Amino acid sequence: MNIFDRIMTLDRRWVFLFLAIVCVVTYFIPFRIPVTVDDEVEVIYEFVDTLKPGQIVMVPLDYDPSTVAELHPMTYAIFEHCFRKQLKVIVTSLHPNGPGMAEQALLDVADSMKLDRTYNGVTYRGREVKTGFDYTFLGYKPYPALVILGMGQNFRLPFPTDYYGIPLDSLPMMQGVQNYDQVAGVINVSGTSGTDYWISYGQGRFGFPLALGLTGVMGADYYPYLNSGQVFGLMAGLYGAAQYEELADNAGPAIDGMRVQVYAHIVIIMFIIMGNVGYFISRREKNKKLKG
Amino acid sequence: MRRQIPLALVFIFGIFMIFQYFVPHESSEWIYEFFLKWAIIIGIFALALGIWSLIRVSVDRIKTKKLNWGYSLITLAGLFVMMFFGFTGEGLENPMFRNFFNHILIPIQATMFALLAFFIASAAYRAFRARNVMASLLLIAALIVMLRFNPYLGPLGPYTADASSWLLNVPNLAAKRAIIIGIGLGIVATALKVILGIERGYMGKG
Repeated sequence: MNIFDRIMTLDRRWVFLFLAIVCVVTYFIPFRIPVTVDDEVEVIYEFVDTLKPGQIVMVPLDYDPSTVAELHPMTYAIFEHCFRKQLKVIVTSLHPNGPGMAEQALLDVADSMKLDRTYNGVTYRGREVKTGFDYTFLGYKPYPALVILGMGQNFRLPFPTDYYGIPLDSLPMMQGVQNYDQVAGVINVSGTSGTDYWISYGQGRFGFPLALGLTGVMGADYYPYLNSGQVFGLMAGLYGAAQYEELADNAGPAIDGMRVQVYAHIVIIMFIIMGNVGYFISRREKNKKLKG
Repeated sequence: MRRQIPLALVFIFGIFMIFQYFVPHESSEWIYEFFLKWAIIIGIFALALGIWSLIRVSVDRIKTKKLNWGYSLITLAGLFVMMFFGFTGEGLENPMFRNFFNHILIPIQATMFALLAFFIASAAYRAFRARNVMASLLLIAALIVMLRFNPYLGPLGPYTADASSWLLNVPNLAAKRAIIIGIGLGIVATALKVILGIERGYMGKG
């Protein structure tokens, strides 16, 4: 058995081991991967950045812990950006495990907001971010299409109270807020097909500006909506999150995770090339033997 | 009558919802809102039925000691523990409810999904072979998109980024758009068949 035959029959545990070593080593060595910003991400950042204090952004978080590595950094970066700009945020989830993710992100960002920070040369004083004043967390309700349509009539229809059981009418932030008409835009961070509902039943019916934050594998599926103008911006995967962090001058877990992802991809590409070299050479040798 | 009544209800409500979309009158909106409330209430009953079904199936597996019945026990334990903490004390703000989610469910699900990277690497190594023209095209496209954000390509970097954008915005877009339009037309056709009583699968009989 020559080396190329060995490559062709390499035990997959070697692939696992090599990938694990690369992931662990790049995780522990601190260096930074340069991030180039795509137009489809920049437009989301610009949208949030140009809103006036007090305007409302809706951020439905339709994902569960399985996609936490890719989507949580997006959520953190968007929340931090919104709160620093003194925007109001309505958070909901159409995924049963979403409220846990949303609550974790809201509490963490609320903590971070207590500190003074400088982003893109602007210093933001620390302040307390409070539920009912700065954000309203609606929680989860089943049947996404019905919930999205219901919120289009009145947020109180599917969500008479917020996640903590407080009636929406008694939340200062929700005074005068009826439906999507009072919302500047929706940024759906999603790891599920719930995004289709936001496009068809939300943007399609009520016409609000919609941007998407999706997992890497979902990204390609939603480019048609970007091209048609139904979606004004799209962040896909950890790279999309890293671009938002780069724009917001708020390096976090996405930029940090990029070095692991880039090197893991290099390893996968190396294995693909190796497999193809082995395949072509062993096929040529087989052909030679057949002719001989 | 057992067949005619559901068929008539589906026809009436289906036709109403189609016309309601084009009638922005106040009374039309009121009826729409009323139906929406009903749909949400019916949906929540379905959720309760789902929980009941899960409990019944799990209890049955435990009683009869079916293969892997221990997993059913863990399922029930998880369900009732979370329900207990969710309904007692501070409810959803209960620290135990939060801790179980943050420190058990999140690491478990994130770990399960992270393992996918290893299987993708192994599968890519074995299956991504340039066996013919189509497989070669797929391979090249995948490599370009994967290399899109690689900072070590030097002068090739901008070309790879442009090629990747072109792949996503032209061939990918054309194929996806065709699929989406096809699905959309299929949904409309199926909805019409249901409203007109041609498709009756939802009644449990063909």
